[in-house]
Amino acid sequence: MEFFRIKNDIPFMKHALMFNIISFVTFVLAVLFLLTRGLNLSVEFTGGTLMEVNYAEAPQVQLIRDALGEGGYPDAQVQNFGSARDILIRLPNRDGLDSNRVSEQVLGMLATVDGPKGEMRRVEFVGPQVGKELAADGGMALLLVVIGIMIYLALRFEWRFAVSAIIANLHDVIIILGFFAFFQWEFSLAVLAAVLAVLGYSVNESVVVFDRVRETFKKKRAMETPDVLNHAITRTISRTVITHGSTQVMVLSMLLFGGETLYYFALALTIGILFGIYSSVLVASPLVMWLGVSREQFIQPKKTKEEAVV
Amino acid sequence: MNRYPLWKNLLIALVLIFGFIYTLPNFYGEVPAVQVSSGKATLKLEPAQVEARVAEILSAAKLPHTGIFSDANSVRARFETTDLQLQGKDAIERGLNPNATDPSYVVALNLLSASPNWLTAIGALPMYLGLDLRGGVHFLLEVDMDGALTKRMDATAGDLRTLLRDKDVRHSGIRRISSAVEIRFRDTDVREAGRKAILASTADLLLVDRDEDGQASLTATLTPQAAKTLQEFAIKQNITTLHNRINELGVAEPVIQQQGANRIVVQLPGVQDVAKAKDILGRTATLEVRMVDDTAGRLEEALAGRVPFGTELYTERGGSPLLVKKQVVLTGERLTDAQPGFDGQTHEPAVHLTLDSAGARIFRDVTRENVNKRMAILLIEKGKGEVITAPVIRGEIAGGRVQISGRMSTQEATDVALLLRAGSLAAPMEIIEERTVGPSLGAENIEKGFNSTLWGFVAIAVFMIAYYALFGLVSVLALSANLLLLVALLSLLQATLTLPGIAAIALTLGMAIDANVLINERIREELRNGSSPQAAITAGYDRAFDTILDSNVTTLIAGIALLVFGSGPVRGFAVVHCLGIMTSMFSAILVSRALVNLIYGRRRKVAALSIGQVWKPSNN
Repeated sequence: MEFFRIKNDIPFMKHALMFNIISFVTFVLAVLFLLTRGLNLSVEFTGGTLMEVNYAEAPQVQLIRDALGEGGYPDAQVQNFGSARDILIRLPNRDGLDSNRVSEQVLGMLATVDGPKGEMRRVEFVGPQVGKELAADGGMALLLVVIGIMIYLALRFEWRFAVSAIIANLHDVIIILGFFAFFQWEFSLAVLAAVLAVLGYSVNESVVVFDRVRETFKKKRAMETPDVLNHAITRTISRTVITHGSTQVMVLSMLLFGGETLYYFALALTIGILFGIYSSVLVASPLVMWLGVSREQFIQPKKTKEEAVV
Repeated sequence: MNRYPLWKNLLIALVLIFGFIYTLPNFYGEVPAVQVSSGKATLKLEPAQVEARVAEILSAAKLPHTGIFSDANSVRARFETTDLQLQGKDAIERGLNPNATDPSYVVALNLLSASPNWLTAIGALPMYLGLDLRGGVHFLLEVDMDGALTKRMDATAGDLRTLLRDKDVRHSGIRRISSAVEIRFRDTDVREAGRKAILASTADLLLVDRDEDGQASLTATLTPQAAKTLQEFAIKQNITTLHNRINELGVAEPVIQQQGANRIVVQLPGVQDVAKAKDILGRTATLEVRMVDDTAGRLEEALAGRVPFGTELYTERGGSPLLVKKQVVLTGERLTDAQPGFDGQTHEPAVHLTLDSAGARIFRDVTRENVNKRMAILLIEKGKGEVITAPVIRGEIAGGRVQISGRMSTQEATDVALLLRAGSLAAPMEIIEERTVGPSLGAENIEKGFNSTLWGFVAIAVFMIAYYALFGLVSVLALSANLLLLVALLSLLQATLTLPGIAAIALTLGMAIDANVLINERIREELRNGSSPQAAITAGYDRAFDTILDSNVTTLIAGIALLVFGSGPVRGFAVVHCLGIMTSMFSAILVSRALVNLIYGRRRKVAALSIGQVWKPSNN
């Protein structure tokens, strides 16, 4: 089997402007959604109590809601989770609420509801002081990744590569966040981990292309810069698609078999991988070109050896 | 030319064997066990001695076990069935703790790896599962440092009062204002005298002059150094107290660790009774010693509803009312130990208290001035006080060794001692994060994580073999080696495996195949350009190496950032992710190359490589 039977280099750079316009529009949309709709932050960030209760038979959600409302939690969100037999209850933190007792009180109230009896599967309580810290730590982690990768790429390649790789990949991150904002999917700590993993992963995609660019510059002296980029992308496209395909297969498997806990994690990775291919190849490379990469930057000036005269 | 030197092959083989051995314990599963650990902070467990005792008890009770193991802090006995385990627990409990009300040992149910003893002996243990996989409770507690500081300044105010009186410096009022103490003086000369006296006695206070409305005063705050020591001390003492309290719960492997400057993580695997756990942890009890107001008529006044200023009305354990002054003489942090015992002369049950030096000094002064008066020891729990005991002061007590005796049964003495110890928690704590995972969800999480990894792996393996033929198989074998080494490393390091960790294993495998795809594509390309098979292998691996290194380093940077700044689930993900990147470098480059070398390297003439179809553009 050989999927990619490409004879000549594909002229990607001819359409560079278009790719970037597409990217820019998606990016602007993502920012727009983030600003207007905001992220649906999980209990880990907002603070509050989250309870998962499993029933042998599907309970009536409305009855549970009523019971909680009467018991002093009118602001409780009760919804099905995964199946009709699983219930997820969300309670925000309130001033003057003895948060330590919330889960016990709620369990007590659930016991009074008519119908099947529930089994507590999971309780998560996060105090208000923790949430802010997690958000700050997430931001710091993002910053550290960006700086670390830029330094490494600048050392190994050139600052132009570092800048364009980071721009291309940060734009992926924003797009993932845009998706989460648009669909109001729950943004949890696990999703944050996925987003940062994607950042590392799609930079590695750009690295593979850049590696080829460097090699081509050194080897093929007659080629112009756009042609070098076209050549590098064409030569690596087979690997790009296969690698991403493999990773995506794994992620898909998580999406299918991983259950609710891994669902959004896998979803974030899926979006990240799809946009990662696009941006790291078709956005990063034109950026490198526009930043003015050229052969001279890779060819070490030959040291003139002084010959000893005997 | 495609041959590895012998040492390299041997090294790879050794690493793989090592990986296999350390992965092995994960396949054996777990068997029921009973774990014995020390129930008292003061009691050091002697493993050999306890092991012998446990063996003796079990053989006396005719309960068969499948081995007794011990480490520095605990002794564990394995049983074949849970029935035997429960009987064993009862027998050991009775045998080791003759006095059920004051257990010396914690006897708890636990699960132990069923792997053969020789594996356990070389430190090969199964992976350490996180709470989301095994079920249990996780708490994050925050120590209220402001509370600790306030309490300390209250005590300081008392100290200063005593000090200035001792030194004959007249002040016109001492009071605490948030975390500072204000001392007022008649004029600046007296203030100077006061300052000298204070500075001579302690180096922990920072004194600032203030003159408002012609009132000379000093504001004392803790020096940053003293505040830091206070904070460290508070958290350490809270951890010790938590240890003792959790022992009451009988949890097999509790984790109690400091996190950051003022937080404590408590993990109780297998605990389902969250309410009880919270009750025990949440007992933010503090201890206070105050004087009883014995002035005639005052108690009656208070009972009539007019509690005199500066006092509070309490009820003794016996039920009789008691009027206690608000001023705190001593707090629990001055108490270093409390043990039940007997009076040396009367042989009555008694409680022996040990105070630290500052506490001893205060206690001496207070007792000297209040002979034949009563003092009350109060346990303040959630803002409400309870009088533990209110003894009469018989005489001056110096040296910091205090004995409370009289009208007490042995049982009462034990209780009071326990309450006093538990009450010496330095600062109030609050639960700021709680995660409870039921056991069924834990098992389900393992299954889900395992299934996702399995099916993803299978899909990748099928594709790789179909697309790259023999080289695909080599890649899949390398990927299996990667998985093996990753699991071995996780088992060896005993890093906590969580569900995000399993996700990281799956993701790492998905990403690790990248290196092999890069190599295989390079080899195909070399073949396409007309290289000989052997040359194509060499060039393919060599050229791909740089790219693999660069891409893995960038991924690792992201992983390390997650590790540094992540907490909870993110950290669990990051640990596995980082380890996985390392093992994938090894297996994708070295293991796959060694396999390819074994297959092709020995042949002199290789006509073609089994790497799937290599399409060549036709020349027309």
